[in-house]
Amino acid sequence: MSDSTPGRGPGDSGQHGDLPAGAETGSTNGEEAQASPHRVIGTPPPAQARSMLGAAAVNVPAERERELPADPPDLASAKRAERIVAALFMLSMLAGLGFLASYFIFGVHSVRNVLHSNLALGGTMALAFLCLGIGATIWVRRLMPDVELTEQRKPLRSTPQDRAAFAETFEEGADASQFVKRPLLRRTLIAATVPVAVAPIVLLRDLGPLPGKSLEHTVWRKGLRLLNYGVNTPIRPGDFSSPGGMITVVPDGYQDDFNALAKAAVIIIKMPPGVLQAPTVMNWTVDNIVAYSKICTHVGCPAALYEQTTHHILCPCHQSTFDAARGAKVIFGPATRALPQLPMTVDADGYLVAQSDFTEPVGPSYWERG
Amino acid sequence: MTTNRALGGVGGYLDDRFRGAQGFRTFFRKIFPDHWTFLLGEIALYSFIILLLTGTFLALFFKPSMTEIIYHGSYLKFDGQRMSEAYASTLNISFDVRGGLLMRQIHHWAADLFVAAIMAHMLRIFFTGAYRKPRELNWLIGIVLFTLSLLEGLFGYSLPDDLLSGAGLRITQGVLQSVPIVGTYLSFFLFGGEYPGTDIIPRMYILHVLLIPGLFMALIGAHLFIMFHQKHTQMPGKGRTEKNVVGAPMYPYFMAKTGAFFFFTFAALALASTLAQINPIWVYGPYNPIAISAGSQPDFYMGFLEGSLRIMPAWQWVVFGHTFAFNVFIPGLVPLGLVMTGAAFWPFIEQWITGDKREHHVNDRPRNAPTRTALGLAMVSFYGVLWLEGANDVLAQHFDVPLYTITWIARFAVFIVPIVTYIVTKRICLGLQRKDLHLLEHGVETGIIRQLPSGEFIEETRPASEEVRAKIARPEPLALAGAKAEGEGEADVPPPGMRGGLGRVKARLNKVVTESIPVNGHGTNGHGPNGPGGHDEDEHAHAAVGSGGQESGTDQPGA
Repeated sequence: MSDSTPGRGPGDSGQHGDLPAGAETGSTNGEEAQASPHRVIGTPPPAQARSMLGAAAVNVPAERERELPADPPDLASAKRAERIVAALFMLSMLAGLGFLASYFIFGVHSVRNVLHSNLALGGTMALAFLCLGIGATIWVRRLMPDVELTEQRKPLRSTPQDRAAFAETFEEGADASQFVKRPLLRRTLIAATVPVAVAPIVLLRDLGPLPGKSLEHTVWRKGLRLLNYGVNTPIRPGDFSSPGGMITVVPDGYQDDFNALAKAAVIIIKMPPGVLQAPTVMNWTVDNIVAYSKICTHVGCPAALYEQTTHHILCPCHQSTFDAARGAKVIFGPATRALPQLPMTVDADGYLVAQSDFTEPVGPSYWERG
Repeated sequence: MTTNRALGGVGGYLDDRFRGAQGFRTFFRKIFPDHWTFLLGEIALYSFIILLLTGTFLALFFKPSMTEIIYHGSYLKFDGQRMSEAYASTLNISFDVRGGLLMRQIHHWAADLFVAAIMAHMLRIFFTGAYRKPRELNWLIGIVLFTLSLLEGLFGYSLPDDLLSGAGLRITQGVLQSVPIVGTYLSFFLFGGEYPGTDIIPRMYILHVLLIPGLFMALIGAHLFIMFHQKHTQMPGKGRTEKNVVGAPMYPYFMAKTGAFFFFTFAALALASTLAQINPIWVYGPYNPIAISAGSQPDFYMGFLEGSLRIMPAWQWVVFGHTFAFNVFIPGLVPLGLVMTGAAFWPFIEQWITGDKREHHVNDRPRNAPTRTALGLAMVSFYGVLWLEGANDVLAQHFDVPLYTITWIARFAVFIVPIVTYIVTKRICLGLQRKDLHLLEHGVETGIIRQLPSGEFIEETRPASEEVRAKIARPEPLALAGAKAEGEGEADVPPPGMRGGLGRVKARLNKVVTESIPVNGHGTNGHGPNGPGGHDEDEHAHAAVGSGGQESGTDQPGA
């Protein structure tokens, strides 16, 4: 281990001189020119060097031991390692060529093709990088001579002189700018920047409309039919042969309107007789069929799981659980409010329709909801 | 000749114009200390570069639009189906662009690796005390980068507009909307109106590909520049002091090693993307606000937020017609805020408690800062419980435990486990300190049994090697300024810094934070593990022979 000489830090430029390369060649004598290569790491002894640098490093000691050995100790082992590394690099090159070839050989446009293409492209790419990585690692570990150098830390804090000089410079500048002396200028300047600073925030105002009362309503209204989502057909109470699972329904005419559906999605469940009880509103049910909002009152995921035996509606996101037999009140999980019930009846043709909109806001809580 | 090679041609041309020889010489000779944990930050950096490369490729084909179209592409199952252009173009990247699926998968794997590497890197910095002066500001930059990486990840995986990420987006919106006073407005401004609207994907896209990566580049640049300027920390070892850096130079050693490491990172990501499918959006289907798949899990780094939402009891206040949705905004904001704010303030809290304003360049071994290590692991376990709870449905299924039971366990565990972790970790650290101290004082057991003239059998020990001793030597904690010296009595007037309520708190905290097994005599010479002097040699020799006075001092219950 050899300590770095302090003269090699960036702060010691005086020792080396500051001449750019190639400048002032010939302005010094030959001995100095010979000494100059020593400032460059890894240069051969002066006799071999024919420097164009000129007298760059007059004060550098004539003989400096090299810090990094030129060769590893075991040259035979290094030779073997060299072959291994070269083989790995060749393999990497072949894999790289394989990647290029795969790009043209394997087509896409079908799941099967894509699988093959991905396997070939990814495999060759991984192999190419892996061989490069292993090769480079062996290179470093087996071919480069082992070194451990020590570099001195300089204190991070400036010297008191530098600090004082900076303080002076700063104050001189502040004085010259008149910023401190003329409060009128200072204050009006600050006053002038305030509106400009506020402007970007104001400019964001049109990112969206104000909420207003929009969260309190959905598109449901009196007489709007409930459509069986997916097939989009209206539903008659008689379509349920027996009590059963949960059906997702959407308002007629809005089956493709995501903005409407994000609030108006509804689930209907046909219950066995006598199961439905308060706080379910019986007047809003038809023939033991009850309709609840599908939008979880926690953070708005669709409450999509239904367990028939227990009448539990479960939201898969955070497992809020609602009792479908008792007005969908919360029985577990983070939701605080029951799923709102949709007032439902049948129209003249015997199809399920809404009596009105929901009587309370659906979906997650919000500040103005109350 | 070599000089000609180095400073002729291009080098000379540039040096004629920029005078770089000296600066680059210093740069080339910059010393990089070696420790495997120093690679964690590099993984993050290289993942980021890979993210930029693959992300640029994806951006050439991706259409950040929520305009509905009818799909007629190569994935026949969705032929004729309505979907957003964003989703359709992601399908096209996967099935109709050569190498597109590979790039998508590398991008996604790299994002996960990026966040994971940042986490591991942060934990390394924390547990080794590498955040201490003069590196506190770089620690803060790191925390901002970590927070940004979570946001960037969330926006990124929401872009394809598939059913899985759509659920995540819906949850994000629900949490945003729950924020008291401004929540509804924030949500309306972010989404351009009611959820889902048609603005969110283009908006997230520009944040994801321009604003946040720009911030990343600026902050990563600052992060690296500061690290470079302040020089690396190093783990304790022979010849390593607070005043030097020991290692191999940048050129050629570190350049070659780090180049190799970049290739390994890329190779690992390419291999993962070849063999392990990630985010198969065609399996989830296009987004639809009224559909969801059971067992949907977010990317791993969002799991703890999911868990904290699941764990929260249904608490809510309605006051004067306004809703405080504690059940949503507490789990949505508090755990993240707790971890991030705690991490951000910790260096300054620790400085205040210990009064240690010195520069630190030699890292602590985690055991040598038991309270810090215990606090850190308590935080990790807190995060871990939330993260596991985020997969409670998966756990319930795999281990056949009722879902609600797991949630109830987690509701208690989230408080109990960190406390237990704290206590256990601290005990383990102190135990490891005793082990180190034993090694320092009694040396290495040789297995040679010797009979003393008195007939007593002892095992011969030899002093631990200089390398080992330098590695395990423990820097003495700085006594709190004005604290009592050893000999002083109990009845002394407390020093000025310890008076008053705050002072007493500080004194008490100081006692906790600096708790360690006392080092007997001069077992370590201050904070300079600089190779022990002759005095230490004597003491070790003495200790090796005098094993009759077994464990003198090491087992004092002073802790």
